[in-house]
Amino acid sequence: MARVSLENIRKVYPNGAEAVHPSSFDIEQGELIVLVGPSGCGKSTLLRMVAGLETITEGTLTIGDRVVNDVDPADRDIAMVFQNYALYPHMTVYKNMAYGLKNRGLPKTEIDAKVREAAEMLSLTEYIDRRPSQLSGGQRQRVAMGRAIVRSPELFLFDEPLSNLDAKLRNQMRIEIRALQRRIGVTAMYVTHDQIEAMTMADRIIVLNAGRIEQIGTPSDIYNQPASTFVASFMGAPPMNLLPASYNGNGVATIAGGSEVKVSTSGSYQGGVQLGVRPENVSLSPTDRANPLTFELDLIEELGASRLLHGRLAGHSFVVNAPNDADIPDGSIFLDIPQEAVHLFATDTGKRIN
Amino acid sequence: MADIAETIATPKPAPTPKIKWEAVTDHAILIAGALFMLLPVLATFTTSSHDPVTIHREGLQLAIGDQMGTNFDKALFEKGGFTDNVNGITMLMNSFILGIGFAVGKIVIGMMAAYAIVYFRLRFATFAFWIIFTTLLLPLEVRILPSYEVIQSMGLTNTYTGLILPLIASATATFFFRQFFRSVPEELVEAARIDGAGPVKFFIDILIPLSRTMIAALFIIMFVFGWNQYLWPTLITTDENLFTLVRGIRQIIQVYSDGNSIPEYGQAMALAIIAMLPPVLIVVFFQNWFVKGLTESDK
Repeated sequence: MARVSLENIRKVYPNGAEAVHPSSFDIEQGELIVLVGPSGCGKSTLLRMVAGLETITEGTLTIGDRVVNDVDPADRDIAMVFQNYALYPHMTVYKNMAYGLKNRGLPKTEIDAKVREAAEMLSLTEYIDRRPSQLSGGQRQRVAMGRAIVRSPELFLFDEPLSNLDAKLRNQMRIEIRALQRRIGVTAMYVTHDQIEAMTMADRIIVLNAGRIEQIGTPSDIYNQPASTFVASFMGAPPMNLLPASYNGNGVATIAGGSEVKVSTSGSYQGGVQLGVRPENVSLSPTDRANPLTFELDLIEELGASRLLHGRLAGHSFVVNAPNDADIPDGSIFLDIPQEAVHLFATDTGKRIN
Repeated sequence: MADIAETIATPKPAPTPKIKWEAVTDHAILIAGALFMLLPVLATFTTSSHDPVTIHREGLQLAIGDQMGTNFDKALFEKGGFTDNVNGITMLMNSFILGIGFAVGKIVIGMMAAYAIVYFRLRFATFAFWIIFTTLLLPLEVRILPSYEVIQSMGLTNTYTGLILPLIASATATFFFRQFFRSVPEELVEAARIDGAGPVKFFIDILIPLSRTMIAALFIIMFVFGWNQYLWPTLITTDENLFTLVRGIRQIIQVYSDGNSIPEYGQAMALAIIAMLPPVLIVVFFQNWFVKGLTESDK
């Protein structure tokens, strides 16, 4: 269990492609940090550099109080859970978990105790003599976890560990992994492309895009105060509505081709903006106002707990998440956007300005 | 009501089995093929039960004679050849040594070559592989003189080493193992690295057990191939104690027919049957492994 620190870590492949631009962040002891981003954003490369499976082009990587840039993966005191589990197919569950310990020359009795303890913790005891091919996906996932746990490493690395499971099992394993990590208190780094996984599991989230860190923050920071249009549209389902608008620097933004919206802001920026509103923050307005936000409904998507209204606001496509019991009138619908729910991003840089 | 009664009274006639002419033709061809392959073997077997005089006078025999015990006994245990000190058992042993040495050697060399090519970042690894691969175009028969020259100058003629060593470099095995290793998921290598397994440990603990079926399949092919080697053993062994069965058969007929006596056809046939048995048995008993190795993988 250790603090992990990345300083200006950079990865350039021999063909000149810069997979990870210089990135710095710290992982506190016992923290679970989630790297999230679309495929090809460099999140796996970053993780694999921490694991030692990729060389670090530039920068300093510290695990505990050791600089481990040039340390072999086996000696970094880390354990990794892979997307396809990477279990040894010819070994039993027991041997899979014991292999790393055996290679480190631990006495047999100690190995046995550790493996059985881990198996117990993961409720794998009755499967201990089976081969991976005789296990279900969730059980294999647990064996991979067990292989990591028995080593009692300083740092856990998860490389999209749940993406091979079906949706129901994924939800369950998400909770299990989180609970386990808390219980053992081990520092962990978790890579995923699934923003729900990131939101639910993370102590802090790092959002990556095209090899750069877009934002680092707690799930609620990321959700409530997205630092850029990329984060705003990537995190949250359905994604945030982004409308072209202009801002007068004085609390009022005007949607292109449409109405004015009040904004709470302290910035002095003036000019073109992207105006962001989460679908769930919009409410249906019963009465016509003086300055109406008229929404033309195209399609209703039934989610069970609520309904998604797809349509257009001032000619721009727009989604509203309406409660089930809301009365949806025929014809024009009027919307209410609360002042504090409006996010403004500068058009040219995509950065947040309010 | 009447309709119903009638219906019950006259059950539908059972459909007459149609003769599927396609199936008949297919089977006829297969049976003809099987007979074509098996009859010579059968004739060899039945002929081996007659004394040489009968065979010499009447040709191949298709009925079982009364000399089977004698012929097999003589073929296996009677010392023969020029020097009168080699019998069938010795030749059988030599054949096994050649077959097993040949197969094991090819597998070990091929596996290690493939391991180097697939898992290590060597310069020109691909080039090296294609060089190895093109040696498929240069079978032993093409390079037999230089090979003989080398072995002879090393003083390895009439040794098991000289018999086996020049044959074990194998493009086929290297190729098969290369294809297999490339299909082993990358993550397995990485997991093993994190688990602290170095190159040797990974090879022995992970790769070899994973290749079990592949090894078994190649062993069968290579054993049979090695067992049936004829040209190289003929060239490299002049000492009769190192003769293999496949050579010995010819030797019986040739050596014994030098004089005025009738060649020991019965014994030769018996020896041929004995020479056929081990490869057949290996294929019969290990065909499960063989099929698994070529089709299945439990990665």
